[in-house]
Amino acid sequence: MKPKSKSKADRGVAPPLELQPAQHTFVAECRELLRDMEDALLRLEKAPGDGEAVNAVFRAAHTIKGSSGVFGFDAIVAFTHGLESVIEDVRAGDVAVDADLIALLLSCGDHVALLVEAVAGGEAAPDESLSEAGATLAAQLAACTGAIAEPFPVAVAAPEPQAQVESLGGGGVASDTWHISLRFGRDVLRNGLDPLSFIRYLGTLGEVAAIATLFEAMPEAASMDPESCYLGVEIDFAGEIDKAALEDAFEFLRDDCAIRILPPHSHVGDYIRLIEELPEDKAMLGELLVRSGALTDRELEEGLKLQRALDEDYGQAADHGHAHKLGEILVGQGVVQNELVDAALEKQRTIQEHRARESHFVRVRADKLDELITLVGELVIAGAGTRLLALRAGLGDLIESTSTMERLVEEIRDGALSLRMVPIAETFGRFKRVVRDLGRELGKEVELVLSGTDTEVDKSMAERIGDPLMHLVRNALDHGIEPPEVRVQRGKPACGRIHLNAYHDSGVIVVEVNDDGGGLDRRRILETARVRGLVAPGQEPDEKELLDLVMEPGFSTAGEVTNVSGRGIGMDVVRRNVEALRGAVAIDSVDGQGTTVSIRLPLTLAIIDGFLVGVGGSGYVVPLEMVVECMELGAEDRAAIASRSYINLRGRVLPLLRLREVFEVPGEAGRRENIVVVQYAGRQAGFVVDSLVGEFQTVIKPLGKLFERLSGISGSTILGSGEVALIVDVPHLVQRATGEGSRREGVPPLARNTSISATPHGEAS
Amino acid sequence: MGMRTKAAGKGRCKVAARGGMTIYEAVAQKAVLLKALDGHEEVEIDLSGVTELDTAGLQLLVLAKRVALKADKTLRLVAHSPACLEVLDCYGLGGYFGDPLVLASDGKEKKA
Repeated sequence: MKPKSKSKADRGVAPPLELQPAQHTFVAECRELLRDMEDALLRLEKAPGDGEAVNAVFRAAHTIKGSSGVFGFDAIVAFTHGLESVIEDVRAGDVAVDADLIALLLSCGDHVALLVEAVAGGEAAPDESLSEAGATLAAQLAACTGAIAEPFPVAVAAPEPQAQVESLGGGGVASDTWHISLRFGRDVLRNGLDPLSFIRYLGTLGEVAAIATLFEAMPEAASMDPESCYLGVEIDFAGEIDKAALEDAFEFLRDDCAIRILPPHSHVGDYIRLIEELPEDKAMLGELLVRSGALTDRELEEGLKLQRALDEDYGQAADHGHAHKLGEILVGQGVVQNELVDAALEKQRTIQEHRARESHFVRVRADKLDELITLVGELVIAGAGTRLLALRAGLGDLIESTSTMERLVEEIRDGALSLRMVPIAETFGRFKRVVRDLGRELGKEVELVLSGTDTEVDKSMAERIGDPLMHLVRNALDHGIEPPEVRVQRGKPACGRIHLNAYHDSGVIVVEVNDDGGGLDRRRILETARVRGLVAPGQEPDEKELLDLVMEPGFSTAGEVTNVSGRGIGMDVVRRNVEALRGAVAIDSVDGQGTTVSIRLPLTLAIIDGFLVGVGGSGYVVPLEMVVECMELGAEDRAAIASRSYINLRGRVLPLLRLREVFEVPGEAGRRENIVVVQYAGRQAGFVVDSLVGEFQTVIKPLGKLFERLSGISGSTILGSGEVALIVDVPHLVQRATGEGSRREGVPPLARNTSISATPHGEAS
Repeated sequence: MGMRTKAAGKGRCKVAARGGMTIYEAVAQKAVLLKALDGHEEVEIDLSGVTELDTAGLQLLVLAKRVALKADKTLRLVAHSPACLEVLDCYGLGGYFGDPLVLASDGKEKKA
């Protein structure tokens, strides 16, 4: 550990701990690393020989360990250390990658995540249940370290893991001394340092309760260099001191010496790990610890049980001729410890990596960003006001300068908004694990395909879309994908496929969840709907309406309720969540071939490029990205639409909506009218307006609570003149113009409920 | 600095260490000790004159003891000077040598 830890000397034990800003960074960083690690593990599962993935896992574990050390989160350090050693063995080829190992490593990742979250929650030390879980995993990890490349019938873990778990989980050992384990570097003496002076110095800090010196490292007399140091010591030290001070005592030795310090009441597992890591004979070290009072006999015995089980396996391994002798592995570990140069290099590398990363990213508080965006919004409005004044004053120079400014403001706006954008890859990424785990649980083999992961969405959107997506993915897994036997019977590959896709489509982002399962059972949906009174007897809802029924509250066609889904909560929640984001859900299903659920979400949330149109005396803004073209409404068409609500646009039918009628603007249209052709979800419609004003940077102001349910309007904005303009809810109006609008003539447009017609419930959304 | 070997007959010898047993003398003293062990069945090292013992010196004693144990010979450390006692105590190695540790008063050897 680096001396800088000194400054963060407050290693207080009493929760809650105030998190320093640096610790927030630590938590955020750990979360990222854990995600990387999970990713790499899943890659590794698919391709067990993927060295890069192993390295990625190792890097993540190693970095987490390092940073936790800096902050003195000993529980994380201890746990990740065990993790790291296993991965190191994987790297060395001593441990084979198989499904069990991946599963174990994944749960270890989860455990580290819990530990990190505990830190984030301000807990100084993990609570008991967490420590216990950690001990279980640590024991399994320790068992793995010995695993041999060839699978053996005998479990590597000790015969009675349960019993061990209990004993290991018993918390800290009784002794209240620090345990310090030192292996001096060969050159200590030559460098003019004498370990003696450190031991003496320790004596001044507290009491050296017990000390044992080891000289197993000393070679035969002939090759022993009298000027090299071959000693190691195990010290039990009693004193009122914190770890930082203790480490400082060894500051000069740090670069020349392998130092391990276990605080008082450390977990038995830590001691066992210590024993395991040290190059000397295990039994001897164990005895030593008992003798020095660090461990009691019982504690040691319980811990060593595991070791013994391991050793037996080694014995068997030898019979099979694949022996990695215990000695060899220990030497391997010994080398790692003694190659201090290596350790130092590694440390340096980690620090460099940190720096490199820090220089690429700056972490900013989200609310600061929001504040910035609000300000940019005000700037945009003020800019529009200035421009208007300049235009009125008719001063050429002023107009020119304001338009330059306007361009710059626009760039600032885009820049500020893009700060909040993140690729959706992160949101998608977590489903790999979900699909894998759930697939196992359900006994289905499912492959997750991701595409469009570069698609950028607003950060808050990315977060809030996660839950609905989770529902959809679980649904697809549970109900969509058939069991392998059924799939084979139907002539499909046994391995199911779930496809997550995202793309931008004229101002909205579309996220699709597609599965290649059996599709929705229309007959069953209809039956259920009739039973529940959602569809009147004799009424035949059309395709879209039928599928939309699935999103009714409490609607479930699942034959049986599993713990994954089928309780009839889910789809309606998905719809509610998406609608809360001003989005929409659509379901498409082909019998026997699968289901696609598409979620359409507005791309941004604060400032958009708008197209300002005039109807009567007021301005309306249409999001520019949805505008396809504008044209004048010819006299012929004008006459025509008096009786019908569509025109012939270059041979296509273009449904029209008169905004004047939609918004009930009083007064008659002027001499000329214009059409704004908009597109949403692949459908086009035309809005008939009085005048086209032009592009306009639109700062979206939410409508007050009172107007929340107003249909056809999605927000408001302020014009340069200070007047308010309403933002047209294009998706809603396009739907109205193209869908239900043409089918149900009798009902005035605004009064209609757009979700599901012909049902008596009325509170669908 | 000095380490003198004096044969005492019947395969026995006495080594008297004087002054420092430190890294500066370690190379020379290693040779002396190994030679003594090589030619004799029983070696007694008199530490009464040792004024300074450091880790290098201690390692030599450990080495000598190990060589002796391996060859089934006897190595005795006697008349530890205070400096030696302090170091042995520091490292908790008194027990390893198995020699009676007595305060060497006035540099005179006492047997327990």
